[in-house]
Amino acid sequence: MTAPASLNHDDNLLQLQNVTKAYGREAKRFIAMRDVNLSLRRGEFVCLVGPSGCGKSTLLRIATGLNPATSGAVLYRGQALNGVNPYATIVFQTFALFPWLTVQENVEIALKARRVPPAERTMRALKLIDTVGLNGFESAYPRELSGGMRQKIGFARAMAMEPELLCLDEPFSALDVLSAEALRGELMELWLSKSIPTQAILMVTHNIEEAILMADRIVVMGKNPGRIVANIAVNLRHPRHRKDSAFQTMVDKVYTAVAGETKSEKETLGTAPGQPGEKRMLPDVRLEALAGLLERLSEENGRFDLYRMGGELTLELDDLLPIVEAGELLGFLTVHAGDLLLSTPGQAYAEASILARKEIIAGRVLRLPVIAWIYKTLRSDDNKRVARDYFYDKLQDDFGDLTEKLLDIAIRWGRQAELFAYNSDTGELFLES
Amino acid sequence: MRQFRFSPALPKTPAFTPGDGLLLLGLVTILYAGTRLAFNAPVVIAGPHISLSPLALPWYALFSVGRMVAAYFLSLLFSLFYGYAAARNRTAGTVLMPLLDVLQSVPILSFLPVVLLSLTTILPEGFAAELAAIVLIFTSQAWNMTFSFYQSITTIPNELREAAAIYRFSSWLRFSTLELPFAAIGLLWNSMMSWSGGWFFLMAAEIFHVGARDFRLPGLGSYLQTAANEANLRAIVMGIASLVLVIIFLDQLVWRPLIAWTDKFKVEMTEGGEPPASWFFGMLSRSWLVKQFRARVRRPFSKWIDGGLRRLSNGKVATPKVIPRSGRPSWTRIVPVSIFAVAALYGIYRTVTLLLTLPAVAWGQLGIGLAATLARVTVSLLIAMLWTIPVGVLIGTNRRWANLLQPVVQIVAAIPATALFPVLLLALLQTANGLNISAIALMLMGAQWYLLFNVIAGAAAIPQDLRHTTNLLRLSSWDRWRTLIMPAVFPYIVTGAITASGGAWNASVVAEYVEFGGQTHTTYGVGALIAQATGRGDYALLLAATLALASVVVFINRTFWLRLYRLAEERYRME
Repeated sequence: MTAPASLNHDDNLLQLQNVTKAYGREAKRFIAMRDVNLSLRRGEFVCLVGPSGCGKSTLLRIATGLNPATSGAVLYRGQALNGVNPYATIVFQTFALFPWLTVQENVEIALKARRVPPAERTMRALKLIDTVGLNGFESAYPRELSGGMRQKIGFARAMAMEPELLCLDEPFSALDVLSAEALRGELMELWLSKSIPTQAILMVTHNIEEAILMADRIVVMGKNPGRIVANIAVNLRHPRHRKDSAFQTMVDKVYTAVAGETKSEKETLGTAPGQPGEKRMLPDVRLEALAGLLERLSEENGRFDLYRMGGELTLELDDLLPIVEAGELLGFLTVHAGDLLLSTPGQAYAEASILARKEIIAGRVLRLPVIAWIYKTLRSDDNKRVARDYFYDKLQDDFGDLTEKLLDIAIRWGRQAELFAYNSDTGELFLES
Repeated sequence: MRQFRFSPALPKTPAFTPGDGLLLLGLVTILYAGTRLAFNAPVVIAGPHISLSPLALPWYALFSVGRMVAAYFLSLLFSLFYGYAAARNRTAGTVLMPLLDVLQSVPILSFLPVVLLSLTTILPEGFAAELAAIVLIFTSQAWNMTFSFYQSITTIPNELREAAAIYRFSSWLRFSTLELPFAAIGLLWNSMMSWSGGWFFLMAAEIFHVGARDFRLPGLGSYLQTAANEANLRAIVMGIASLVLVIIFLDQLVWRPLIAWTDKFKVEMTEGGEPPASWFFGMLSRSWLVKQFRARVRRPFSKWIDGGLRRLSNGKVATPKVIPRSGRPSWTRIVPVSIFAVAALYGIYRTVTLLLTLPAVAWGQLGIGLAATLARVTVSLLIAMLWTIPVGVLIGTNRRWANLLQPVVQIVAAIPATALFPVLLLALLQTANGLNISAIALMLMGAQWYLLFNVIAGAAAIPQDLRHTTNLLRLSSWDRWRTLIMPAVFPYIVTGAITASGGAWNASVVAEYVEFGGQTHTTYGVGALIAQATGRGDYALLLAATLALASVVVFINRTFWLRLYRLAEERYRME
């Protein structure tokens, strides 16, 4: 183990100061993340959580130097980071193993890149494979192994680097529930017993329980643009148990922070294309899923805990939040203090028949500035028929790379509300007479 | 059995860009330079005598294979360097990839006279003929391999790329453990396709008449042509038999083992279906000698290479490059582009002055010739579709027929059409319209297999439940064809037809102008014009015809085929 030499003044391993990440140029500039400040001390396990699209993974890549920040400073051991951080490594969600290398070769490749001589390479790789419990599989190819075993190789390869900073990018989310649980336990054992030279862990996850099980501190991020909205310390003793009431309270707390509060209508909806002001992307959600959520909420008399709702519908946070967002956009529900509240239109919708639902949806969808604008454009056209490309060009300034997806969602919602129709062969939107 | 699936490498841009224009100008310049050189070629050239003795056949086969091997390695090297440069450097990529697209649309055989004659002026003629044949095969092999390599490198999953960066791979380590393995399977399938394309051109290039100049190279192609010329049936049969034998040998001893070996480079993380098998590969991987070779030769060698390259790269670690998105052109870009533009402009000027000497009659002839060749290409494609679609669907949807017919089809398809052409001439040349029919037949033979293999692959990919549904709905066989089979196979027909039409255009030069039995036979067509112009030394016409041919093919590809391809991709994909 490395001696704690730098105890004297600063045990911050990693510091991000006013980090901003933007893509594109001037008019088409898209700000993915703005003014993020984050520091990571030695001995700390920090989890990043937040809705999809908030830039968690991007932040991880900035911390490792894989992606440069557009502005702001990334300091490692007090020094500005230039290029890939040599003290850090990443364990990837998809494992990122080389399919044509055996288990042993996959681990050895990390050592080979560091110029470790062949004999030592083999010895160290075998030892690591043994540590993660894969001895006997040295000559197997990754495709012969289960997901859990593959991620073990991912960890063994990362350990071969003896990283000071270990970054984990949703390392358990591609695994089945039981393998994930087992692997989490093994990682925590290594980490808590300090049997690995790693001094800090930064993990991205969308599983809030996982974050609370493992982390010392949870950093909650929000989106539009990506930013840090809360820093929550987790002071529970290890081993932690999901059923403990303190744990449950914690989960509720983090959920509340992640879901945020429903903002004013004006802020929620954003402005119409061509108007000044912030624009809102539509969440990629099917309206049937929203209908399901509203019905469930109605059964609970219009108020239900967001975290428990996720559990009951067996929806991950990443899947639940966009549905909630759609509900907020359409004015069917609001989020307050970690609870979902059904609004009057939401209640009416939940109780309506299929045909009545169409009408309610049509009225609600027209609240959305983008869809209202499409509808207005179609109505003012002589043939009631406008090419998709026309809308695409107009929207591109505001939505950039997201335009295609936005149009897809808008068309889907408009069709479901029977506001307008779309012919994919001719690429035209039109009003049905 | 694995299916061939030819995927044409089509660019994303639908229309011509200014860059394309610049590239075409550059090509014209090079072509002009070649033609200038060709002016000075000797007037009479007699090739070596081709013996029809069976004893000569093994040697001839060896010579032909040697040419193929030389050209193939040239193509492989080219693909790796060119593809890598285009993929790693964005600026280079914006020039290199459109250039490649134009190059692959240009009918290769139309360049042979120019290449051959310009080489004879600077090199001894025997060597020039060898080199011209190799260059010709190279031009038939390199483009699709390069496209495949480029596409592989640019589609490496992001996380693998990031893993290479975070583990601080050097450029060489990244190339040898990530990029090359990732590209291996695509490169291999394209190599096989290139190799069969190479046979096609080699057979045509081993004897080539340009007026009084008679170029010959000892090889299987020249053997077959000589045999047909002398109407020596025994020699023809033996020649074709040895060609088929060579092709089967290479398939069993080189390509199948390679396919079995590259299976480990597949990226899918699932163990899907039966892995490709090869008896020879199985035998090799169990053999003691190979194990020894690996331990004593290969391992030390690769260690030595790794070490050497490491010292060379001097510990520089590849970091993901940040590409500044500056729109302003820098001097480093302006200077070479302007030099290139000036050279191209000069070339254009000279080309235009040369073309202006051409009388209006010749332009008229050229137009008629292009129309005639286009008609032949169209007819041959239509005939090919007429028989390959029903047969391909039959083979693709019926396991029993597939087992029965596929091996036969694969062997027949492996015989290059140009090898059979002299035989065809022998049979047809005496009849009325003989050359016309045999020209269409040659185009058909060159084109049909691409279509057939694609239709088989398409029919085999029709989901079982859709077929069951048409059964349950009791659709009549006409309705079944209309609602299920044709839409499902359509994308495959289009991809096959794109490759097929390229093959047919290429065949025109060989097919429309023939020296056979001491007589010259010609029919109307741009291919014949090119051959005649070369013979007469009419370089203005030669240049005009080649340019016109290239432009028409590029134009048809960009407008007609690309559009159909898009339609197929968007509407008829089974995903």
